[in-house]
Amino acid sequence: MFDNLDALLLARIQFAFTVSFHFFFPAFSIGLASYLAVLEGLWLKTGKSVYLDLFKYWLKIFAIAFAMGVVSGIVMSYQFGTNWSVFSDKAGPVIGPLMAYEVLTAFFLEAGFLGVMLFGMNKVGKKLHFAATLMVALGTFVSAFWILSVNSWMQTPTGYEIGANGQFLPGPSWWDIVFNPSFPYRLVHTVMAAYLTTAFVVGAVGAWHLLKDRANPHARKMFSMAMWMAAIVTPLQIFAGDMHGLNTLEHQPAKVMAMEGHYQSHPEGAPLILFGIPDSEAKTVRYAIEIPKASSLILKHDLNAPMAGLDTIPDDEEPPVGVVFWSFRVMVGIGFAMLGIGLWSLWGRFRKRLYDMPWLHRAAVLMGPSGFAAVLAGWITTEVGRQPFVIYGVLRTADAASPLDAPAVAASLLAFILVYFTVFGIGVWYVLKLMSKPPHAGEYGVKRGDVGPIRTAGITPGPTQNPGGAETLPTEAPPEKELV
Amino acid sequence: MDLTVIWAFIIAFAVFAYVVMDGFDLGIGILFPTFQPGRERDRAMNSIAPVWDGNETWLVLGGGGLFAAFPLAYAVILPATYPLIIAMLLGLVFRGVAFEYRWRDPGHQKFWDMAFTGGSFVAALAQGMTLGALLQGIEVVDRAYAGSWFDWFTPYTLLTGLGTVAGYALLGSTWLIWKLDGDEQAHARKLAVRAAIATIVLMGAVSLYNVTLNAEYAAHWLSAPEVYYVAPVPIITGIIALSMLRAITRERNSKPFWLALALFFLGMAGLGVTIWPYVVPPGLTIWDAAAPERSQIFMLVGVAITMPLIIGYTAWAYWVFRGKVADEGYH
Ligand code: HDD
Ligand code: HEM
Ligand code: HEM
Repeated sequence: MFDNLDALLLARIQFAFTVSFHFFFPAFSIGLASYLAVLEGLWLKTGKSVYLDLFKYWLKIFAIAFAMGVVSGIVMSYQFGTNWSVFSDKAGPVIGPLMAYEVLTAFFLEAGFLGVMLFGMNKVGKKLHFAATLMVALGTFVSAFWILSVNSWMQTPTGYEIGANGQFLPGPSWWDIVFNPSFPYRLVHTVMAAYLTTAFVVGAVGAWHLLKDRANPHARKMFSMAMWMAAIVTPLQIFAGDMHGLNTLEHQPAKVMAMEGHYQSHPEGAPLILFGIPDSEAKTVRYAIEIPKASSLILKHDLNAPMAGLDTIPDDEEPPVGVVFWSFRVMVGIGFAMLGIGLWSLWGRFRKRLYDMPWLHRAAVLMGPSGFAAVLAGWITTEVGRQPFVIYGVLRTADAASPLDAPAVAASLLAFILVYFTVFGIGVWYVLKLMSKPPHAGEYGVKRGDVGPIRTAGITPGPTQNPGGAETLPTEAPPEKELV
Repeated sequence: MDLTVIWAFIIAFAVFAYVVMDGFDLGIGILFPTFQPGRERDRAMNSIAPVWDGNETWLVLGGGGLFAAFPLAYAVILPATYPLIIAMLLGLVFRGVAFEYRWRDPGHQKFWDMAFTGGSFVAALAQGMTLGALLQGIEVVDRAYAGSWFDWFTPYTLLTGLGTVAGYALLGSTWLIWKLDGDEQAHARKLAVRAAIATIVLMGAVSLYNVTLNAEYAAHWLSAPEVYYVAPVPIITGIIALSMLRAITRERNSKPFWLALALFFLGMAGLGVTIWPYVVPPGLTIWDAAAPERSQIFMLVGVAITMPLIIGYTAWAYWVFRGKVADEGYH
């Protein structure tokens, strides 16, 4: 019994660890793939080399991030079977097909066109290359679509029947399964999160190089593009988050109670607890700073609307309040900080001084990783908030795990931790190294053979892997029309 | 034909596509230390860089497809072979990132080349051993794995593991014969001969072992009416093996690779005959483990629409990078 509990906890930690690591990369590459498509599109449209240079600059970074996303993702597709085999057996008939669709419509699309996107510009011509970039960007979006549908079904399951053997079986309509109640909200909120994550990374890199050389035209361009995203998408994201929360209140009220720290019911208007320390033993939030009745206003649009608290939920169905309460505040806090940067940049633009505001640039550098933190915090809110269920209300996490012994899971968990921190740590280091070099005219693409004796021998090996050409750095005019 | 059988064939196809496609790039990883650092390694790497991700996606389809079409099999096989699967995944992590990292950090290129080889070897060995563990039988009670920790580790699974490593090395070296020229091609030929001999010997050993594993397998191959249908399999395999050896040693470009594929195809067909109609021998048939009809139909629509497209654009991507590596066309 005790052994079992341990194995369960370890399995949960392992899943949380591997999926959190995995999600870092898609959060970045979903946004970056679209950004690359925009850059290449602008280059084709305007012929301005600054776009091509930026494209090649970010392409190198994309290649590394994408490789890390792929290998960590392959781990995920086996985690269900290795660690959650009972869940896999039971839910397979419903969510398996959605994941199969993800492979068929998204992963193959990304992978199939990735090679051409990275290495093929000189082989297929500009238009076709642009099409390949678009396909990769589309693939990342479609991938998010299916996997979030799966996740949302586990949060708000609909459209299923329970079979005689205990399996969840699809009902007559797949539409009810795919478009389950929380899915549209989760999709919109998560995809915008990915865009924001990327925007803040791009903005930070632009700002970093502006701090060193405010005349760098490439740094200016990317900073400006990123700040437009920050100013426009952040308010939309906050709005979407609010809608998402209302939806959650409808379908997973216990999660919202935990997010809000509402241990007790409030028959006439619930306060909005800004900060405090949730104490699940005493069932109260200590040192709470609260705005009376504001929670009812936000969630019910009525100051005096009654709100149920966790006292209405059986104890063994309550999520852990502390984690959810805090992770939610981290996410929302970052959301408002992002909004602040967006507004600040609008002010700078209005005064025509966007590139001459070192404090804004410093703040933008600081906010570079904020998207990742918000995304992680958001997922922790979502996933921990649905505990103790893995399929909300119907299958408990404790009943979903594989029949493995604790030492086996512990050993693999340890291996994942060691390997992930080293391998992905080094990858992130390479990405940072690339980012620390200022983008310049005649930027190289994902160029391979530029190491070793090959170049000295004067032979370009393999695909030159340098979309847009430019074997040598031009001294002045950047190459624009020298493509095939 | 019933849907469950169709799905069994689709999964088998995905696994086959995976084995041959990722097989050749894992094989190149396995052989990597025998290549000269510098030009030879770079060219070998560049011959697969644009396609490896697509190749590996077939593994996701194999695993994901099994999850979707035969959830019970997925739920039993993975816990039963837990350490192998984890080792394979970690191996794939190392080799996958090596594609990018080795170019980004010339100072540590040797290290990432080793990671590329180590990861490829571990992944190949683990895949082969998983196959062996499946063939030798998995104990199932109440829809769950009921065996113990190390059931997957036997002389038989070691044999299937090594056979897979040799087979991938064969695919990798014949691929390089096709994509390289000059001294490097000659080197690939030498490697291919050795890999071919190892593969043939190990394939034979595994086949003989199979018949001794249990009475049912033996019956498929040796009893009266069946033997007439299946006897051609080993005979054709022998013929193909010989002509492949000839093709490797003579001046042929792509022929050794195609014949190696044919060899793998026959090997898979042989395994199909052995294991049929089980998905997890000795207890679970494909019908025991199958997803309900609604799931099967929903996915079949998806497969029917997307599979031709996938094959189409994958073929196009290969076509874009056709020819010898570092040929004219690459500039
Ligand atoms: C850049 C990232 C980012 C930012 C700035 C925000 N969020 Fe968020 N949030 C996410 C990224 C995210 C996410 C990672 O995408 C989650 C996790 C699961 C999901 O559906 O989206 C999420 C979940 C999530 C949930 C949980 C829904 C559920 O599990 O049922 C709520 C209620 C909100 N968000 C609300 C907000 C609000 C009110 C924000 C205002 C500042 C906000 N989010 C900013
Ligand atoms: C959309 C695809 C996802 C699916 C299908 C999914 C599914 C699951 C499952 C099956 C569990 C195990 C049950 C449990 O321990 O709670 C889980 C837990 C968890 N997941 Fe997700 N998840 C997804 C995405 C994510 C992402 C992207 C993150 C974070 C970046 C995340 C964070 C977590 C965490 C932190 C836990 C552990 C919660 C706990 O054990 O208390 N999940 N999820
Ligand atoms: C438990 C949940 C998850 C599983 C099983 C999973 C599985 C995978 C797999 C197998 C790959 C590699 C595909 C390839 O071979 O090319 C991958 C990559 C990817 N996944 Fe996940 N994934 C999960 C969660 C998520 C989430 C929550 C998102 C986004 C919302 C996401 C978005 C992506 C994207 C965009 C890629 C492409 C690679 C990249 O961008 O880095 N995944 N995932």
